[in-house]
Amino acid sequence: MALQSLDITARSATTTPSPSVRGTLQVAKLIDISKCIGCKACQTACMEWNDLRDEVGHNHGVYDNPRDLTDQSWTVMRFSEVEVEQGRLEWLIRKDGCMHCAEPGCLKACPSPGAIVQYANGIVDFHEEHCIGCGYCITGCPFNIPRISKKDHKAYKCTLCSDRVAVGMEPACVKTCPTGAIVFGSKEDMIHHAEGRIEDLKERGYGNAALYDPPGVGGTHVMYVLQHGDQPGLYAGLPKDPQISPMVSLWKGVTKPLMSLGIGLAVFAGFFHYVTAGPKEVDAHDEEKSS
Amino acid sequence: MSRLIQRYTTGERNTHWVVAIAFVLAALSGLALFHPAFFFLTHLFGGGPWTRILHPFIGVLMSLFFIAMAMRFWRLNHITPADRQWMGRIKDVLCNRDENLPELGKYNAGQKILFWTMVVTMPLLLLTGIAIWQPWFAPYVPVWLMRVAVVIHALSAWILILGIIVHVYAAIWVKGTVRAMTRGTVTEAWARHHHRAWYRETTGK
Repeated sequence: MALQSLDITARSATTTPSPSVRGTLQVAKLIDISKCIGCKACQTACMEWNDLRDEVGHNHGVYDNPRDLTDQSWTVMRFSEVEVEQGRLEWLIRKDGCMHCAEPGCLKACPSPGAIVQYANGIVDFHEEHCIGCGYCITGCPFNIPRISKKDHKAYKCTLCSDRVAVGMEPACVKTCPTGAIVFGSKEDMIHHAEGRIEDLKERGYGNAALYDPPGVGGTHVMYVLQHGDQPGLYAGLPKDPQISPMVSLWKGVTKPLMSLGIGLAVFAGFFHYVTAGPKEVDAHDEEKSS
Repeated sequence: MSRLIQRYTTGERNTHWVVAIAFVLAALSGLALFHPAFFFLTHLFGGGPWTRILHPFIGVLMSLFFIAMAMRFWRLNHITPADRQWMGRIKDVLCNRDENLPELGKYNAGQKILFWTMVVTMPLLLLTGIAIWQPWFAPYVPVWLMRVAVVIHALSAWILILGIIVHVYAAIWVKGTVRAMTRGTVTEAWARHHHRAWYRETTGK
């Protein structure tokens, strides 16, 4: 929902600048997977703060519950059992949800002005009252996050608690996390904090521990500390080098202005051809011959 | 004015106009969702969500009636040597130097090219449109296919829109043409001038 206290860096389907005179700190949420115990308190806090209640589903034989993100579940713990080293089972639990990309594919793909905004603090938010339900955001997202509600045909996803952040509070999931696996602050501080954690992990045998802040989408405002930073795919298929699909870039990049220009030129060409060459008329000879 | 001859039956005219009206509505609603500069067109359809809801149904209507029309005109649109000759003299066509042009059947090469453009773009638009149709079909389509579909849909629509701009302009430019689709008839002089082979075949002159 629109927040007057937050300035806007980018706005979907808008070609002029958005209100952006106020300086704001870039924020970020850092999720340290090595500290996560999979308690799902973050899922509960998200439901509570945002007044969401998903349908009670079925047990699918895995810990993931609900099974996937929905319009009612904006964050889901994804459990992966992996053996990076033979004989050494690891349980990697990744809190999935919107990554709040610095270059959001959803926003790029959205055709409805102001349905998706990126606040100056980095949060990417859906304004559902402007959403038309076309699903283009789904094609734009490299992380498979937006979900369209069957109830109102609007797209929903994690807001990074933009309403809380706007008034100086941390997101609900951060507030509730019992192990401190989720922390929140300025992006700069979070990167700094992550560096300390990575150093610690490296000392404890995780030589490839790294920060996940993928440059392919300009960095993200939700970042992970990964024990196996060289293999993000281990974490329930987290993409190694996420990017906006070249198809979407083509569609929402050069083709948009070029095709529009082409259509305009075709109309003008017709008009000026008529003015220059004149109408094509039947001559007197044909009139005579056929009468 | 010379005598009139029948060019289109009532059925052909009605089919054409259903396709034409559906095309205009589909193009306006499609452009509205294509570039922010055209988003204001959503107001014609009752706002953004209504535009999203109506556009695919209009498109399906257009495709179905086009199939009927295409089957009817298919045989008449085969490219002939005279068509190649006509295309080679496109400059004379554009400059109204019609005395240099070959004798043509019911359609000239320009009309035939538009026909085949539509035969290619219409099914592409229909299939890719179904793939991205919210909320009915898109949820069951893998995202990579949706990404390919949106690009093909936009490109096909663009080509079709350009084709129709030329089609509409040609009808305005070539005097005496519009009545073929509104009244179903053209003057014998018009037929003799623009489609002499068809004129001979129809009138026996």
